[in-house]
Amino acid sequence: MRPGPVMAGPTPNAARTLTGPASFRVAPTMFKLLRNAKFRDWAAQVLFLGAVVGVVVFFVLTASANMRAQGITAGYGFLFQSTGWDINFSLLPYTPNDPYWKVLAIGMVNTLFLGSISLALATIVGMVVAAARTSRNPMLNTIGTIYVDTFRNVPILLQVFFWYAIYTRLPPPRQAYSIFDTVFLSARGLFIPALDVSGIASVGACLAIAAGLVAALWIAHARRFARKEPVTRRIAWLAVLGLSFAIALLVLFMGRGEGSGLISVPELKGLNFRGGIAIPPEFAALATSIMIYGGTYIAEVLRAGFLAVSRGQVEAATALGLRPWEVFSRIRLPLAIRMVLPTLINQYVWLLKATTLGIAVGFTDYFMVIAVSITQSGHTIELIALLIVGFLVVNYSLSTILNRINRAIAIKGLQSTT
Amino acid sequence: MIDLVDRIPGIAAQHRPKPGSRRVFFGSPVNSAVSVTCLVLIGYVFWHMMDWAVVNAVWSDAGGPEACHASSGACWAIIDARWRLILFGLYPFEEHWRSGLACVAVVLTAILSCLPVFWQSARLATLWVCGFAIFYILMRGGMLGLTSVPEEKWGGLSLTVFIFASGVLVGMPMAIGLALLRRSRLPVISRTTGAFIDAVRSLPLVSILFTAAVIFPFVLPPGFQGEKLYRVIAGFALFFSVYQAEIIRGGIQSIPVGQDEAAKALGLSYWQRVRMIMLPQAFRYALPPTINQIVTTFKETSLVVIVGFFEIMASGNAAYGTGEWTFAYVEVYAFIALIYFAFVFTLSRYGAYLERVMRVGQQ
Repeated sequence: MRPGPVMAGPTPNAARTLTGPASFRVAPTMFKLLRNAKFRDWAAQVLFLGAVVGVVVFFVLTASANMRAQGITAGYGFLFQSTGWDINFSLLPYTPNDPYWKVLAIGMVNTLFLGSISLALATIVGMVVAAARTSRNPMLNTIGTIYVDTFRNVPILLQVFFWYAIYTRLPPPRQAYSIFDTVFLSARGLFIPALDVSGIASVGACLAIAAGLVAALWIAHARRFARKEPVTRRIAWLAVLGLSFAIALLVLFMGRGEGSGLISVPELKGLNFRGGIAIPPEFAALATSIMIYGGTYIAEVLRAGFLAVSRGQVEAATALGLRPWEVFSRIRLPLAIRMVLPTLINQYVWLLKATTLGIAVGFTDYFMVIAVSITQSGHTIELIALLIVGFLVVNYSLSTILNRINRAIAIKGLQSTT
Repeated sequence: MIDLVDRIPGIAAQHRPKPGSRRVFFGSPVNSAVSVTCLVLIGYVFWHMMDWAVVNAVWSDAGGPEACHASSGACWAIIDARWRLILFGLYPFEEHWRSGLACVAVVLTAILSCLPVFWQSARLATLWVCGFAIFYILMRGGMLGLTSVPEEKWGGLSLTVFIFASGVLVGMPMAIGLALLRRSRLPVISRTTGAFIDAVRSLPLVSILFTAAVIFPFVLPPGFQGEKLYRVIAGFALFFSVYQAEIIRGGIQSIPVGQDEAAKALGLSYWQRVRMIMLPQAFRYALPPTINQIVTTFKETSLVVIVGFFEIMASGNAAYGTGEWTFAYVEVYAFIALIYFAFVFTLSRYGAYLERVMRVGQQ
């Protein structure tokens, strides 16, 4: 809003009321200007923006002065220098000669990997506990309540420390607990058999299966094929799914390690295990804690959803002759999830941030990688900016995806989708 | 329909199993099986817990760690031996009574401010200024004949309670300010504040504490950097305030528009409307999520251990980390968990009570 005429000088109105020499008119004009609502709005916004920009500029100037004093040149050039330090958990191949950007990428992959596994586990636990807490059986209710009240009221960091202490005090590899000599549990972590294939092949196989799943879902649900015969449709999506699995298997077979089978089983060699996938205690401790602690929160959200499903729906389903399990899986669960999905989205975003507790036990998640990079390279401002951008992107994409799902499954006309 | 069933006594009695009656436990074969399985499970866990924690436990430090090795139960002897380290951290040994009293002072202030008598801004402010003054004089010393103890030596439970209380107390006015700015009708102000709130909300608390402790000295000119403890409390308050601001904004939005319009029509100024119309109602609407947020904040106080503070979690780690007690970590964590549980459970019970009381006028 421009206060145009007011800025230009006294308005005709002001000129008429004020008599006297021109030099005395300035002060009443200023006064009038301050009482002009549009001008005040405009001035307040300019002042506010100026203060914010001023604070930011002040911080950046001080920081760059400090960095110059330490002999560090600002900018993102350091991302291509090699780090010189090693990390303890990585899904991608890594050596200390690799540059900073690769370490940051590994940290992000680790965060997403830990987040997706522990959120999935927490959802399963939450669903079971919520079902127990809303069941008619008082004993089941009691168990659910004890579970929620115990683990919700103890900080998650304490649980992380506790599980880490438990996992690192398991017997050493030579006396590891084993299941049929294929799965080993020891103080060095959990060792499970794995596909012995190259990284590109496994990524390719995952992509093939994901594409197949999406295509199958599309064929099964898209309106475009609504007029086709249901049988034709089912055959079509089954065929697409089968094809994608066949391609994935072929890719895996082509990318297998030389001189070995498709599957590598962990074996005791010297002081540690070789082969298979190693799940270090840090990862296991974090995943267990997020599963248990996050499970209580998700259980409470889902319980609210179960209670919000009107009893008439359940009674109608029972009257139609559905069995208790069918009433649960086809009526109560789908309706409850639709009711609470927005709350659940917030809970997931919040739980994803719990992965940053990795720094407490030494798991190299995105935050820990950033923190170590700051102390090693000194590029504070750049790395903090990367941290903020990284978490903004992850949180924003997660909530965008879930919000789209929310819009897609909301019951039209019953729930507002905005 | 359900109301109808409830109103006809005969039907209700026939079709609703009374709680505690045999039918809810053994209504059908499946139900009976579930009940029995659960009962056995609860009994089994309870029996083993009692066996470990009470029957076979070693309670006294008299026998040392060897007595624990000989027994199959819990080793509470470590608590007996190290409770001072866990509760007071690195605070000088002879001055532990000061740390204990200071902790009691803050807890007492918190309890007093839960009484409706103190629910006026002037009384509440006086109460907390007095509480914090007592805490600071007792902890810091250097006056009234008390020896001086620098902030780096503070630790244990009193540090946890102090960081929590001051974080919430500083954060609450900040939250009100942020909520009002975000509700501003001027687009530049509301958008900027909104972007700031969303950006901080998307960051994990650990990274904010890390920034406050390690990076903030870097962006401030020398001489203005302050003690690390107060920087971390500022970071903690900031984190609390962005979440609480959104809760308060939700509360303000649930006030009917007519209220504000009526107040405007009566000629009340902006600040009068905020103070007398908006905030009292907003806080009433926002009470359940506020209590929830405060409870979460108390649990998250534990994260300051990551930036190197010796609060109760760190002192617990130290209690079993050294010497001959390394095997007794479960007992230490159980003890700390119990302390947290006591605080958090009391807070959430009080919240539930408050919700009941506040709802009375509205129904």
